[in-house]
Amino acid sequence: MNQPIVQIRNVTKNYQRDDFEIPVLQNLSIDVPEGEFLALMGPSGSGKTTLLNLIAGIDRPTSGSIVISGMDIATLGESALAKWRASHIGFIFQFYNLLPVLTAYENVELPLILTHLSKKEKREHVEAALNVVGLTDRMHHYPRQLSGGQEQRVAIARAVVTDPVLIVADEPTGDLDKKSADEILILLDRLNKEFKKTIVMVTHDPHAAARAHTIQHLDKGELS
Amino acid sequence: MKVLKLVYKNLLRHKLRTSLTILGIAVAVMAFGLLRTVVTAWYSGVEASAVNRLVTRHAVSFIFPLPIADEEQIAKIPGITGITHQTWFQGVYIDERNFFPRIAVDPEKIFQIYPEFLLMPEQLASFKKERNSCVVGAKIAKLYNLKLGDMMTIRGDIYPGNWEFVVRGIYQPKDKTTDATQMFFHYAYLDERMRQEAPSRAGQVGWYVMTIDNPNSAAVISAAVDGLFANSRAETKTETEKAFQQSFASLSGTIITSLKFISYVIIGIILLVLANTIVMTARERIREYAVLKVLGFTSLHISGLIFGESLLIAMIGGVIGIGLTFPVCRGFGEALSTFLPLFNVETSTVVLGLVFSMSVGVIAALYPAVKSVRTKIVDGLRQIG
Repeated sequence: MNQPIVQIRNVTKNYQRDDFEIPVLQNLSIDVPEGEFLALMGPSGSGKTTLLNLIAGIDRPTSGSIVISGMDIATLGESALAKWRASHIGFIFQFYNLLPVLTAYENVELPLILTHLSKKEKREHVEAALNVVGLTDRMHHYPRQLSGGQEQRVAIARAVVTDPVLIVADEPTGDLDKKSADEILILLDRLNKEFKKTIVMVTHDPHAAARAHTIQHLDKGELS
Repeated sequence: MKVLKLVYKNLLRHKLRTSLTILGIAVAVMAFGLLRTVVTAWYSGVEASAVNRLVTRHAVSFIFPLPIADEEQIAKIPGITGITHQTWFQGVYIDERNFFPRIAVDPEKIFQIYPEFLLMPEQLASFKKERNSCVVGAKIAKLYNLKLGDMMTIRGDIYPGNWEFVVRGIYQPKDKTTDATQMFFHYAYLDERMRQEAPSRAGQVGWYVMTIDNPNSAAVISAAVDGLFANSRAETKTETEKAFQQSFASLSGTIITSLKFISYVIIGIILLVLANTIVMTARERIREYAVLKVLGFTSLHISGLIFGESLLIAMIGGVIGIGLTFPVCRGFGEALSTFLPLFNVETSTVVLGLVFSMSVGVIAALYPAVKSVRTKIVDGLRQIG
């Protein structure tokens, strides 16, 4: 079995809402091996998205450690964590979250603004990413000129353009029709198998989860 | 693509809103520039004052006359190199709205004391020769289409009756700070008629203007002049020409203070207009900023986007506003050329307008930038719209 790329140990996450402390994850531990395609399932409020956010370094645990590729990200400061996210994580959102004022090309290029790549190198990266998702012919189209499935493919291209070690996807097919959802799942499967990307995907959809190698169920903040 | 391009693209997201905000800032900066120019024009006479000239007036107020006999005594004071008298005539030329200074002077001395009024020698000679002749400033000549030999009829008010003058000279200003809107005529012409019609007003002048050899001696000479007439029926007050002009300008001090106050209120309005736009913009984009943070953008990048957009809007508005200030002030200056003869947009006004625009751009972005930076990514991603 491959070395774990994600090592989560005794992670607890509580949210403060007014005077109440709401526990979301309780003493959770999990390993995700490199090259894994993991689906996290569970009812609403079970802590799936919270766990995904912790893995992606966009939220911090109340206690416990999260080690990704050998780095305990809970110890990083805000700025260092942002830089770490830029180079290690590709995030796919349920609602694509493309910037409407940018073309597909420019949206995919966004994470590369933060790199020191030359203009030519950036163009090569963007075109390669768009080629992987099969949208080179739509690169100059704005999000409003694309279908939902195409928008999500652009979002996937944006997630992979920096060649991250880990792709996290939060309900990537949740806003798509069945045909488009299938296309996205095929694409994720290809990223996993062909490009050896480790993927952690949150989903409600058993059909989507079936694409993953491993399915983990969360309920009331605990793995079941 | 650079972050700047993203700022530019964001700027064009709501074209109408951005355009209206820029227009609002431009109009406000233009109004600020216009008001500042009115204020500086009001004090232009003060700024243009010569340092080597003193003015002696009645100690109570310059509306009270002084005896013409004082001139001889004042001229003897050491340090005074020249002296002349002036008398405010006022009157109405064609229409009461046609205001410009009309002053009775000594034709032999006026252009010696005021070398900044440039008059051709032959015109000066004609002026000196003819008792009912007058000299007008180039701006007045142009405004009323007056040429040499033309008649000017002025209806007197302080000095009643109709007064006929022949234009024998048109003086040119030495530079752009010189007032070219005055009319000078013979004091003798006025005094002669006063002797016939109102003898009690004869032999009296408005004020004296002296040149001195050393500006540093102004206080000593002023004290010497006023000492001459202490305890007399017409005590005097002598001051530098600048102080004298200042006393004229300060007559409308409240209006000027109000104008200054309004000009700063306008800056406040610009701030509110821009702050409203930027706050709205940042609130709409909380989710986008969260997405950018997920992609690795730091708080500095997000602040840069917000400050960049705010500054860009403010500076575009500021530059357009300053650009508009010039033609508007030109039109305004032409309409009020006799009231405010020196109506020029000063460099300091341009600089202030741009500095205020930039400051407003920064201040307006402060709150939304801080709020966006402080918003947690997970909270930002939950934001709808």
